[in-house]
Amino acid sequence: MNASVMGSDLVGLVFVLAFLGLIVGIGFVRRDPSQRGLREIRSFSRLKRSIGLAVEAGQRLHVMIGDGGIQGMHGASGLMGLSLIQKMTRTAAVSDRPPTATSGEPMLAILSQDVMHSGYREVNAEERFEPASAQLAGLGAMGYIAGTLPVILDQQVSVNVMIGSFGSEVGLSSDAAERTDSLTIGGSDNLPAQAVLFASNQEPLVGEELYAAGAYLQVNKFHASSLLAQDVFRWVLIGIILVGTLFKIAGGL
Amino acid sequence: MKNIRLRTPFLMTIAIAFGAVTLLGYFIKIPIITTLRAVLLHWAAILAAVALVIGVLNLLRVHWEKFKKGSSDSFYSLILVISLLITLAISVIFGLTSAFSIWIFNYILIPVEASLVAVLAVALVYTLTRMFSRKVSAINFLFALTVLFILAATATLSWMDFPLARDLRDWVSQVWSLAGARAILIGIALGAIATGLRVLIGADRPYEG
Repeated sequence: MNASVMGSDLVGLVFVLAFLGLIVGIGFVRRDPSQRGLREIRSFSRLKRSIGLAVEAGQRLHVMIGDGGIQGMHGASGLMGLSLIQKMTRTAAVSDRPPTATSGEPMLAILSQDVMHSGYREVNAEERFEPASAQLAGLGAMGYIAGTLPVILDQQVSVNVMIGSFGSEVGLSSDAAERTDSLTIGGSDNLPAQAVLFASNQEPLVGEELYAAGAYLQVNKFHASSLLAQDVFRWVLIGIILVGTLFKIAGGL
Repeated sequence: MKNIRLRTPFLMTIAIAFGAVTLLGYFIKIPIITTLRAVLLHWAAILAAVALVIGVLNLLRVHWEKFKKGSSDSFYSLILVISLLITLAISVIFGLTSAFSIWIFNYILIPVEASLVAVLAVALVYTLTRMFSRKVSAINFLFALTVLFILAATATLSWMDFPLARDLRDWVSQVWSLAGARAILIGIALGAIATGLRVLIGADRPYEG
């Protein structure tokens, strides 16, 4: 095998192992899963408040986790959406209108039913779980978005959380949510969708804020530790980019 | 209930082991690991296909239940169920590349999606105006200004086709916009790695239902 390929594989492996070590290390050192040390993100403060209000008012929470599946480069945002479904189910399981989740990919749909089920079980409300509350809204990008519209418009949803992989067509869901005066919070790993969500959502999540949801909603302590690990590696990457730029400038002189 | 609690560590062990092998196989080219990784990915592809069948059945069930409840939009659910069954029957009987399947694709699916894209274009323009009714901030203003400028400079408008406008457009799209996009993508990549690693250590378990 080519030596440079082996070298880059090794760098990749070391990077991943260091990341893993940092997440686990910080997770065990920092036993408190609270938000201490995390900067204020308005979207999450508002989301937490709105979840409480929705439960009190007997209104529904709707989580859209996109159509990116769990494999490939869009998988992580779908997994993040699943964590959020679990947390929101735990919080709103006893509400008059239980939370609902929609996805546009079969694997995600099955897993969203799974995490919702486990959320109900954790708060001893397993009998309230309805498999249909975590549904495959439609297949394909447009089919999925079209399938979410009846949920947003007709099911007395007061909070719509859009976290996952979408295309720019997510603007149609945001528009529907805006017409029902419900709160919209969202972020995507897809840049065009990110731009649309920035313009259309009341509380947009930009870039990596999408992956911070678990830490701010206190899903488990490793969400906060992975957020801190991300920060460490962000500074490392910034340093590498700056050093590389300086070398390039020096080389050009 | 007891059975479910007992099976969680078992599922976690399988998930962590399979995840670790798949990740290691990506970086370390030892034959046994790369072979195992290929087998696991092959299984994942088969599972994805099975999930598709289950997902379609779920979709069918949800809309059938909705139709039976007789709510205001139950008619649309009935249309979905009938369309799905007809499309499935035609694809199974005549094949995916048959004239009937292609007719459905060309004369139903594409026009419906194209009309949704047209609606989306209007919705996005409306969204941009509504952004200011929600909150007027410097960032929102800059966002709208950039969108309008790129839109005007990209369109073939004779009054915008002069060297300064072209240079400014290229500068905005190839320097500022690209730098911003890369910064967002770096953040997303780090978040994606962290999310994957949390599943790998069993902190997030989307499989314990």
